[in-house]
Amino acid sequence: MKTLRDTWYMIGRQARNLLREPIWIVILLVQPMVWLLLYGQLFKNVTRLGGFGTTSYITFLAPAIVVMNAFFSASWSGMSMVFDIERKFVERFLATPASRLSLVLSQIVRSALTAAIQGVIILIVAAALGVRVHAGLAGWIVILLVAVLVNAAFAGFSQGIALLVRRESTVIALANFITLPLLFLSSTLLAQAQMPHWMRVLSDFNPVNWGVRASRGVVLPGTDWGAVGAHLGYLFALSVVTAAFANWTFRVYKRSL
Amino acid sequence: MDAIVVDGLRKRYGDVQALDGATFTVPEGEIFGLLGPNGAGKSTAVRVLVTLTQPDAGAATVAGHDAIREGGAVRRAIGYVPQESGVDRRATGRENLQLQGRVYGMKRSDLRRRIDELLEIVGLSDAAERTVDGYSGGMRRRLDIALGLVHRPRVLFLDEPTTGLDPEARVSMWEEVGRLAAQESLTILLTTHYLEEADELADRLAIVSRGKVVAEGTPNELKSRLSGDAVHVELADGRVEDARRILEHVEAPVETTLADGRTLISRVPDGGQALPTILAALSTEGIPVASVSVNRPRLDDVYLHYTGRDFATEDRGA
Repeated sequence: MKTLRDTWYMIGRQARNLLREPIWIVILLVQPMVWLLLYGQLFKNVTRLGGFGTTSYITFLAPAIVVMNAFFSASWSGMSMVFDIERKFVERFLATPASRLSLVLSQIVRSALTAAIQGVIILIVAAALGVRVHAGLAGWIVILLVAVLVNAAFAGFSQGIALLVRRESTVIALANFITLPLLFLSSTLLAQAQMPHWMRVLSDFNPVNWGVRASRGVVLPGTDWGAVGAHLGYLFALSVVTAAFANWTFRVYKRSL
Repeated sequence: MDAIVVDGLRKRYGDVQALDGATFTVPEGEIFGLLGPNGAGKSTAVRVLVTLTQPDAGAATVAGHDAIREGGAVRRAIGYVPQESGVDRRATGRENLQLQGRVYGMKRSDLRRRIDELLEIVGLSDAAERTVDGYSGGMRRRLDIALGLVHRPRVLFLDEPTTGLDPEARVSMWEEVGRLAAQESLTILLTTHYLEEADELADRLAIVSRGKVVAEGTPNELKSRLSGDAVHVELADGRVEDARRILEHVEAPVETTLADGRTLISRVPDGGQALPTILAALSTEGIPVASVSVNRPRLDDVYLHYTGRDFATEDRGA
């Protein structure tokens, strides 16, 4: 109870700081818009290769861009933890009755909520470009849920690394190290059917691809709800695991004081 | 009752023995100073007492609770103003105070009243709605202190409260702390490496050197334990050993040689009387003197006396 309440207060602080500099929200949306509007146009004929489940590349791409955006922003979410540690914000609260878990959880939840809000904006832009979510409202909810879970899963990992190394440069280096491989080992940009066999095999173990398949599944006709549910389940399990990892690293950090 | 009891604390960070059996006691309602040069172990002692750091050995009780085993109870009873403040610079003064109060579970209306009261006390009422980014160093430090007091703690820890402040802000901070101690009937433990600050603020103090308490008492007690005056003789050349022998001869035994390698300090019953004798003896032997001074006992003399080391040199060295 105390943990939830303190987490809420800490998220309130971060939301307020973000809204105080709304330019950030715009900056954070530039990249997904470039993918959607430029990349999506550049490769719009790629669906002729077949296996995309639709002839509209933007329809194929939009739900995956929501996931990719959630994944990218999560991969460096540990930066704000490093910042709070460097500024001694975390230490100050360690000398108060504030819940320890709330200091970690609030970072992950903040990151995941940001991804959901960005997801809504990306979907609205996509809808304006003619993308139709076949599963309707339930589909929108699934896509945003995927954004939250993909983000939480990787944010927990990034927070954990941030707490172990406590250096901005290492957190960025790690983000750079994982983002492109996991992007290209997924069907974000290209249909699974067009991937070389070995990449297709690896992509089954890629959490980014779990998210892409679930969110794309509700956009294209013929939604396989069993598969969507299973992928959501995997992502949820992974989020729990990485949150536990972050919580464990927080204890390591505390012992180092 | 004693607000803080520290017994034989030890803590090692890698090669550094930060605390080496530190022991001291602070009765309720007292302003107690931990005085020592940078790196003496003062901050580590405070970090153990506010439950941030686990000691390797020893015992500590704060506000009646075991600081090692009953961390939660200690954290509810204390306020902590760290050396580096940890305020959220993008938030306003009031927002910082609100978040702090909320994690202590304070009721909304009570918290609002308390924040207004504290802002008034530390003189930040007009700046309350501005983000901390725009605060001066002194304002930020006063906000830190208000943050440590939001939940009406019984014991307040101030780690280097005036480091980084200009002299004017420092003096006004001293007044602030003195007034708060009286108004809020607080026990305050403060650490400082400013001798004047310890002298000015602390009812009682412990001198800390290399992780140990080397002397404890009121500033006056500590100074009166040193009888007589300190005569500083700075030699124009480096004939330290010759000079030392001569001074011993005129019964001004040399207590120490400062790190510059040419200043000798002697402790004599009456500096004014001894000075002509000392100068005459040095001049007879042909040892030129660059400067001399006679000092009434000060806290740095106390430090020198107990550790055999010069305070200023140690402070710079660490």
